Amino acid sequence: MPVAVRTAKELEQIDCLIIPGGESTTISKMLGSSDLLDSLTEKIQSGMPTWGTCAGMILLASSLLDGRSDQHFLGAINIVVRRNAYGRQIASFEAAVDIPAIGSRPFLGVFIRSPIVEKAGSEVEVLATLDDLPVLCRQGPVWASSFHPELTDDTRLHQLFLKEAATCLGIPNGQP
Amino acid sequence: MASSVESLNSEMTSHKTGTFRVKKGLAEMLEGGVIMDVVTSDQAKIAEDAGAVAVMALERVPADIRKEGGVARMSPPEVVEAIQNAVSIPVMAKVRIGHFAEAQILQAMGVDFIDESEVLTPADEEYHIDKMPFEVPFVCGANNLGEALRRINEGAALIRSKGEAGTGNIVEATRHLRAINSELAELRQMPESKTRRIDLVARVAKRHRVPMELIEAVAKAGKLPVPLFCAGGIATPADAAFVMQLGAEAVFVGSGIFKSENPAVRANAIVEATTNYKDPDILLKVSRNLGEAMLGEELATLKTRLADRGW
Repeated sequence: MPVAVRTAKELEQIDCLIIPGGESTTISKMLGSSDLLDSLTEKIQSGMPTWGTCAGMILLASSLLDGRSDQHFLGAINIVVRRNAYGRQIASFEAAVDIPAIGSRPFLGVFIRSPIVEKAGSEVEVLATLDDLPVLCRQGPVWASSFHPELTDDTRLHQLFLKEAATCLGIPNGQP
Repeated sequence: MASSVESLNSEMTSHKTGTFRVKKGLAEMLEGGVIMDVVTSDQAKIAEDAGAVAVMALERVPADIRKEGGVARMSPPEVVEAIQNAVSIPVMAKVRIGHFAEAQILQAMGVDFIDESEVLTPADEEYHIDKMPFEVPFVCGANNLGEALRRINEGAALIRSKGEAGTGNIVEATRHLRAINSELAELRQMPESKTRRIDLVARVAKRHRVPMELIEAVAKAGKLPVPLFCAGGIATPADAAFVMQLGAEAVFVGSGIFKSENPAVRANAIVEATTNYKDPDILLKVSRNLGEAMLGEELATLKTRLADRGW
C-alpha cells in the first residue's frame, strides 16, 4: 500500500520511496521546516530504494546548479544537475526515450521545466540518454530521472524499480 | 551551457512542445502547493522564500482592482518581466476573457501559465480564447461543472474555482467547489446499461454544451480530466486547509497575503497549511501570531460580482 509521506512518522512506515515531480524549491523548503530532512537522509544512506523524478532528481543529486543558495540536496547519487535547464514551460516537451532495461519499445518521456544531468560519476549507471544527455540514472538502490513516468500510463519503469527494490530488500518474488 | 541546450531542443524534431500532456503536466506539478499574487519583484521573492510553487504577476491585486475601478487589463510586459527576472519558480499572468492578443504577447514573453481571468474586465462577451493552438498552458475559472467542462473543451489545462476575488471571503469559492464536486458525483452515478447511459450522457452534454465524449470520459474517470485548484477569497491558513479538504488540489492566494499585516509570515503559514491540510496540530501551530488578516468584504455589499463574468 502506498503511503504519502509528509512527516518522519510516515517515513517509518515505508520500505521504498518515490520522490515525484513538483517545485524543487518548495520541496526543499518543506523538508527543512518539517522533521523529515535528517530522517530521510539517514534512511536513504542506510539503503532504502529511492527514486526521484525531476524535482526528486534535483533533491537526490550530489551537486546542484541554478538552484536557490539555501536549497537542500541529499547527495544520494553522484550526479551534477542543472535546474530548469531547458528554460521556461514553453520549452517543456515530450520525446520517445530508449531504455534498453525495459525492452525495445521506447518510453514516452515527459519533461516539464526539466533539469539536465551535466555530469555523472563513474559509479553511476546511465540507463537512458536523450540527445546524449543522461535522463535516467541509477547508483545502487537510488534512481533518478529527469522526466516524469508518473504522467503516463506506461508502468514498465515502475515495475522494474519495484522488482529491483524487492531484490534489494530481500523479498523473494515479491513486491515491497 | 543553457543556450546550447536551448538550440539543441529546437533542432530535435523528436521533441514535441506544447502538447496537451505537457501543458497539463505543469498543472500537475503544482498540486499541493500555493500560487501567490505579486505586484513587485520584492513580493515575488517573499513568495518564493515562503515556498510558493508559482507566482501570478500582476499590476494590481484584485482588492485594489475592486477599489480603484476602471478597465483592468493584462499587466504591462515590464511588470511581468521584472518578476520573471526576480524568481526561478514558474510565473503566471492574467489576460482578459477572450483577449487572445494579450495571450499571444504573454506567450511571446515566455510566461509559464496564462490565467484567462474574470478578475480583469472581459474583452469578449461571446467567446473565450481558443486555447488549443497555444503552446503555453491556460488556467480558467469556473463556478460549476458545465463552465469547467466548456473551458476544458476549449483547451484549458487547469481549472480553478472563481470564488469572489479580492474580498478575503471564502464563501463563494466554497460554493463553486461544492457545485463542481456534487455535479461530478452525479456523473459517477451514471447507469451501466448502455442505452440508458447514452441517453443520459447526451442530455448532460447538451445541458453543458460540450461533446458527449468529454462527458463520457469524465463519468468514467469520476473526476475532471485536468486538476482542480481553488481561488478567490483565501485569507488564512485555515481557509487553505478548508478548501484542500473540500477537494481542491492546490490554492491560489490573491490579495490575502500582501493585503495582510505581515505578508512573509502569512505566506509561510499558508504554504505550511496547504501541505499539511489534514493535520490540525500543524494547522494550529501555523495559525498563531500572524498579525491582522486582510479586512475582507461581505458579498452582499459588493457593487461588482467578478464571479458572474464568464459563462
